[in-house]
Amino acid sequence: MNKRILIVDDEPNIVISLEFLMMREGHEVRVARDGEAGLAAVRTHRPDLVVLDVMMPKLDGFAVLEAVRSDPDLAGTRILMLTAKGREAEQNKGLALGADAYMSKPFSTRDLVDKVKELLDRT
Amino acid sequence: MINGPLIIGISFAYLGLLFAVAYWADRRAEQGRSVIAHPTVYALSLAVYCTAWTFYGSVGRATQNGLGFLPIYLGPTLIALLWGSLLLKMVRVSKAERITSIADFIASRYGKSQLLGGLVTIIAVIGVVPYIALQLKAIAWSFTILSHYPEVRMPVHGDGPFWGDTAFVVALLLAAFTILFGTRHLDASERHEGLVAAIAFESIVKLVAFLAVGLFITFGLLGLGGPVLPPLEDSAELKPLLEPSVAPFADWFAISVLAGLAVVLLPRQFQVAVVENSDERHLRRAIWLFPLYLLLINLFVVPIAIAGLLTFPDGSVNADTFMLTLPIAFEQPWLALLVYIGGLSAATGMVIVETIALSTMVSNDLVLPSLLQRWRRRPPAADLGRLLLTIRRGAIVVILLLGFLYYWLAGEAYALVGIGLISFVAVAQFAPAVIGGLYWRGGTREGALAGLSAGFLVWIYTLLLPSFVKSGWLPPAFMESGLGGVDLLAPTALFGLTGLNEITHGLFWSLTANTGAFLFVSSLRAPNAAEASQAGIFVDASRRTALASAPLWRGSAEITELMTLAERFLGSARTRAAFTQYAHLRGLDSPDALPADAETVYFAETLLSGAIGGASARVMVASVTDEEPLGLDEVLNILDEASQIRAYSRQLEQKSHALEAATEELRAANIRLQDLDRMKDDFISSVTHELRTPLSSIRAFSEILFDDPDIDLEQRRRFLGILVSETERLSRLVNQVLDLAKIESGHADWRSEVVELQTVIHQAVSATEQYVEERGCSIRLELPGESALVWGDRDRIVQVLVNLLSNAAKFAPTGSGEVWIRLASEGTDWRVCVEDNGDGIPESDLELIFEKFHQTARGGAKPGGTGLGLPISRRIIDNLGGRIWAESTPGKGATLCFDLPAHPGNPTDRRPDHE
Repeated sequence: MNKRILIVDDEPNIVISLEFLMMREGHEVRVARDGEAGLAAVRTHRPDLVVLDVMMPKLDGFAVLEAVRSDPDLAGTRILMLTAKGREAEQNKGLALGADAYMSKPFSTRDLVDKVKELLDRT
Repeated sequence: MINGPLIIGISFAYLGLLFAVAYWADRRAEQGRSVIAHPTVYALSLAVYCTAWTFYGSVGRATQNGLGFLPIYLGPTLIALLWGSLLLKMVRVSKAERITSIADFIASRYGKSQLLGGLVTIIAVIGVVPYIALQLKAIAWSFTILSHYPEVRMPVHGDGPFWGDTAFVVALLLAAFTILFGTRHLDASERHEGLVAAIAFESIVKLVAFLAVGLFITFGLLGLGGPVLPPLEDSAELKPLLEPSVAPFADWFAISVLAGLAVVLLPRQFQVAVVENSDERHLRRAIWLFPLYLLLINLFVVPIAIAGLLTFPDGSVNADTFMLTLPIAFEQPWLALLVYIGGLSAATGMVIVETIALSTMVSNDLVLPSLLQRWRRRPPAADLGRLLLTIRRGAIVVILLLGFLYYWLAGEAYALVGIGLISFVAVAQFAPAVIGGLYWRGGTREGALAGLSAGFLVWIYTLLLPSFVKSGWLPPAFMESGLGGVDLLAPTALFGLTGLNEITHGLFWSLTANTGAFLFVSSLRAPNAAEASQAGIFVDASRRTALASAPLWRGSAEITELMTLAERFLGSARTRAAFTQYAHLRGLDSPDALPADAETVYFAETLLSGAIGGASARVMVASVTDEEPLGLDEVLNILDEASQIRAYSRQLEQKSHALEAATEELRAANIRLQDLDRMKDDFISSVTHELRTPLSSIRAFSEILFDDPDIDLEQRRRFLGILVSETERLSRLVNQVLDLAKIESGHADWRSEVVELQTVIHQAVSATEQYVEERGCSIRLELPGESALVWGDRDRIVQVLVNLLSNAAKFAPTGSGEVWIRLASEGTDWRVCVEDNGDGIPESDLELIFEKFHQTARGGAKPGGTGLGLPISRRIIDNLGGRIWAESTPGKGATLCFDLPAHPGNPTDRRPDHE
């Protein structure tokens, strides 16, 4: 049950909470604080799942998502979009671009943990 | 080499050429390719103003009083500036009313009065015939002088019978020529295309001749290969030329005004400028080209005068002949011949056009009205068109013979020599009636009659009779003591007015009497129906639509009678064509279908006006129609209605403009509202986003702590700390959103007090001390010794400073951060700058950072602020009348500064940077 999780978010406190939650579930966690670093980390560390924020400096979450999805080497990387923009249009855009799940902030930690579990179990 | 037969041959050849030009232009016009429909031709035809009196006489005048000849050309040049209004109105009215002469113009204006037309005609004939005589004399003299080549000899007047006098032959020849030019066509109403072309051609010839002599003489004067002239001596003769003109201002002014009036009111000038005008747009070029022509033809007057005085110092040669005698004296036969041709051009041009204009006036305004009287008792001949032409031709012959007669009788008398300006004053009498008629609705027929009569009588008394005295035809005592021996009535010093030259004097009194009588008599009664209706047409001429207003006529008429009437003057073919065209204009197939209504009657009357003048046309049309007289009330009602409709439509137009403007404003406002709405949406969405971020942390950590009782104490404390700071962030955000909304809506309370910047800086530093220390930053202050006072709200300024300080501390590198606060005077402002040693701001972001929720991630780290601090600071500083901005050298830190106006209590002279 030991999976690699990448957290990409620029809000330090949110990163801390996500890191805590994922580590508590026994996953190996890496953190990136902006889109570019996030994409680089996806390429080098090949995480099983990425928790991806949308509004970030340098490269936004959608751009990271698109880049990952267009790279055949990275197929199988599950992506959970997490954003403070809760509009439906945003959700649809994320899902259309190939996100596996979409949650809006503020999120329920239980739901988040369940959703991560569900996505990882899909294999 | 040059002898009589040669000159005669060349004269005839020249006149033949002139006729060929006219014939060619007429043919072109028939083919629809008019040569005179050109602004330059129009401007050149106006130069018929320059007669032999200009061509030969300017030099003569210059020898007597230096630059005194200039106002005659200065006046028209200045008045030309007004043509855009005055002449344009005259042209428009004349086209609409088919006006054929200045007499017709004045008569039409005051209710188509036959009496008025007749009076104007008489004044014009009496005033202008002597002027024609002057031209005849010029031709005859120049011929005689030239025929004596190479001898310079002055002609002797009146030796031999009159039929042997050159001038008599010239008069007869010109009469024949004028008849050929002006009355070739049976239809008398159309413009004379050929004539105008010939006149324009003559204007070129006389200008070329004048410039040729001018250049020849001037080169001699300058020693550039021209004739060898006697050396310039301190001769008394030259004095008036070499000294500045001493003519009093009054004379310059008066003669300028006089010439300016004459250039549009002389019958020949009215003919070429108004009647023959083919397109009112031509005026625009004439306004500058005609004055340019005048300038050119006057360019060499003074050099020629000087050369003449030097060459003929004994006074044996009349200065008026210098133009011709100088080339003869220097043995330049061809130049002399060219001058002769130029003079011939100037004289014939004037005579032909003037005679045509006068003959039209005589036939339409003097002869026809009396014939009309007679036709009431006896029916007229069937073909009135031919009769009309016969009358006109007779008038031409009579006018030219009158001109010759005056020349023959006057000889060398002053009454001929000095007639030029006197003649101008006579036609200047038309000015009050014409100008008043174009700009004032109150003039009446009696007013115009009284004004013209008064002016004309004063003219006779102050100018014509004295010229007779000077000619020796009246006893000199008349000049001394005036009528009946009353000194006050002395003709050249009326009512004791002395010190003016006699032209100025005569012009002043005649125009004063004229204008006074015109205004006074006009004011005795309100304009009647006919006058009011014509006044409307004339005064409103610059508004095109006014001319199209319905004619004021009511009654019954038969279309066949109207057509029969027109046929008698114009011939059946032309009448049929004109009525057919008019019927098509009204959307009808044939003229027989035309209703005999007011508009048709008006059309018939206008059509006839072109042939027989407005006043006669009105009488003729009235004779075949049954007109019910309109009362003044009715006319005024119709005019009122028309002007109300005009005013109403103007109002409508204005309203629609206003509506358009309002629509445009509304559209702009709408766009602004949409923008604002979008901004509000963006704001709400941004606020929501900003709220969600701390809320996420709060929820996540609350749930973690709640779900996980086993977390170790240190972790728990850390998480609780995050909870506290995120809660603070949340409440700060809420406060700032509310604060910003308050400032933006204008509901914020602003205190006004004198604030010392040093104090508030210290206050802000201690407020942020803890945060700054946490970040491991140090703050350095650079403050001036004297107190920096501004006017504003203390707490708000502290708020700005706290924002800037925490901002700087936030972006300064953790641990080694340094923040400088500098305060200095800057002109009339105090400037506060907060500088950090962080990574700086990219140039593209220097303005963006003052926008709401624009958080630049300087150095990649999320700043954790609210994104509202700087926008709020900007609004505060704006509100206090200052400005705030950011400067940065990326990589070397950022500086945020604001200026606030120094409080006046701040002694400027003690500021450090002024010492």
